[in-house]
Amino acid sequence: MERRLVLNKTAGDFAGSRSEYKLQNFFKKSKGKKRVTFLTKILGNKNIGDLIFERLTLLFAMLVFFLVVLMGWEMYSNSTLSIKTFGLKFLITSTWDPVAEVFGALPVIYGTFVSSLLALLIAFPLGIGVAVFLAELAPGWLEKPLSFLTELLAGIPSVIYGLWGIFVLVPWLRDSVEPFFQNKFPNSPLFQGAPYGFGMLAAAIILSIMVLPIISSISRDVLKSVPNTQREAAYALGATKWEVTKVVLSNAKSGLLGATMLGLGRAIGETMAVTMVIGNRPEISASLLNPSYTMASVLANEFTEATSDLYISALIELALILFIITIMVNILARLLVWSTERKWK
Amino acid sequence: MVVNEQVNITTEKTKSPHIAGSSLKISVKELSVFFGKTKVLSDININIFERKVLAIIGPSGCGKSTFLRSLNRMNEEVGGNFTGKIIFDDEDIMKLDPVYLRRRIGMVFQKPNPFPTMSIANNVVAGLRMNGFRDKKKLKEIVETSLRQAALWDEVKDILHESGANISGGQQQRLCIARTIAMQPEVILMDEPASALDPISTAKIEELIFELKKKYTIIIVTHNMQQASRVSDYTAFFYMGKLIEMDKTIKIFTDPELKQTEDYISGRFG
Ligand SMILES: Nc1ncnc2c1ncn2[C@@H]1O[C@H](COP(=O)(O)OP(=O)(O)O)[C@@H](O)[C@H]1O
Ligand SMILES: [Mg+2]
Repeated sequence: MERRLVLNKTAGDFAGSRSEYKLQNFFKKSKGKKRVTFLTKILGNKNIGDLIFERLTLLFAMLVFFLVVLMGWEMYSNSTLSIKTFGLKFLITSTWDPVAEVFGALPVIYGTFVSSLLALLIAFPLGIGVAVFLAELAPGWLEKPLSFLTELLAGIPSVIYGLWGIFVLVPWLRDSVEPFFQNKFPNSPLFQGAPYGFGMLAAAIILSIMVLPIISSISRDVLKSVPNTQREAAYALGATKWEVTKVVLSNAKSGLLGATMLGLGRAIGETMAVTMVIGNRPEISASLLNPSYTMASVLANEFTEATSDLYISALIELALILFIITIMVNILARLLVWSTERKWK
Repeated sequence: MVVNEQVNITTEKTKSPHIAGSSLKISVKELSVFFGKTKVLSDININIFERKVLAIIGPSGCGKSTFLRSLNRMNEEVGGNFTGKIIFDDEDIMKLDPVYLRRRIGMVFQKPNPFPTMSIANNVVAGLRMNGFRDKKKLKEIVETSLRQAALWDEVKDILHESGANISGGQQQRLCIARTIAMQPEVILMDEPASALDPISTAKIEELIFELKKKYTIIIVTHNMQQASRVSDYTAFFYMGKLIEMDKTIKIFTDPELKQTEDYISGRFG
């Protein structure tokens, strides 16, 4: 039925055009049984509706790809002014001064990576732990609701995390956690400066919660894609549950790395929640308590205020860098996840 | 319904024949296996003798794998449970730690399943290492002796460090056998070990079974009647979760008591 519909529709769309004639020929020929014509050679056993449908979806897919390339190009051409003015210095100097029109993005690049990596440091063990529990240990009745809950975390709007950060996390860090660490490790460079609450630590914690569902749900899928024959092989050799899990984990290594990198991609690009708690100051500091700044936050905060051409151009260059990094991270991550999931098919 | 009648008749006949000079290794009494509420095996009684090969034949889905997997308690990892008793060397297997039991009752699966993340050598000693065996020199020796016993040594001795997944299917299956032998089990369970392999590899596996039965008690599930008649001393015919007939292989293949067995063996059904 459905196939018929597509067919009629496409035929209708072409009606009146020159292709109508061709199409009708197509139909006639493809109705003939197993006659090897030029047409059946290209089409194989597909009917014309399917073919058009296939091509159309392919076109949309290409369109998405084209859009991505176009965006990259657009950003590149709009940032040439900044690229020409600062060259490599844009990436390796630390002064971000819109008044003097000097733009060095190192502190925000640093802030972006350090906040994201710290977030992974927290979220990786938690996420893998959750995934192992869901895929290997949890009984069926518990797995479904728990999976649903972790995925629910991913659906919460970023600004809500930000608000929670401001009203709950930041005061808690300021009043208990940060003073505690300062007392415990008075000489550690990680805990210098006044405990504001706002800063690198708050951003890392918020980010870790936000990437946890990605890491755990993709990791769970990766673990589940490891075939049971591997688990059975281990059990049959007298492995304990923990040893079986180790076998499964070692089979899933690259996929788990991919899941973590998807988390990284999310963390690097995350804007709202981070902007709300990181303190927004372009400084490089070893202390987790100090404010910092990320590329995404700079863009969100400063784009509306940017007036001069050079300022705008510098921001767009920042956007371009962020764009390239997130795309690379995501592509690499997906490849890793696919490679493990497909290994067994 | 005909089946039921026959089963009633056969319960007497399936008492395993006793053979002088071979002692009882495993004794299965009134075994019924359930997955949830589904009864997959019912009232199986089988005696398995030391250093003999028992072949299990029967149509797909009749419970051959399930029977095999009851013996090393693998069913319980996938939600199966059983009633009845399985006595292994005078001990009830339910009283043994499954980890320990599976070290003594090894298993080879239908599809070769080496560990692809481990080298060939590490595949062989994977079980030993899991069980805390660390003596490097000893492990190296065991790699060689196990691979030799599995008739694989000459083919892989120069590529021991390569991944266990980089060899042919037949070699992988012999690697899995080596891995099982390395644990020095007393019993080896084989679930259609050659059904995924080409004829040459199959012949190699069969030859290997001849060698192995000098040392181990072997229970092999097979779809291949020729294979069953070639390699086994006893044959048990399962049908729809029941043991229909069990006897010396020669008897089963030349003069079975039951028409049903004869029909299956001669390929008239299943
Ligand atoms: N893990 C399981 N869960 C539920 N049912 C199972 C499971 N394993 C096997 N069964 C069922 O038990 C029956 C016997 O299966 P099996 O022992 O694999 O047969 P065979 O090896 O003789 O082909 C089949 O009907 C199968 O569906
Ligand atoms: Mg089977």
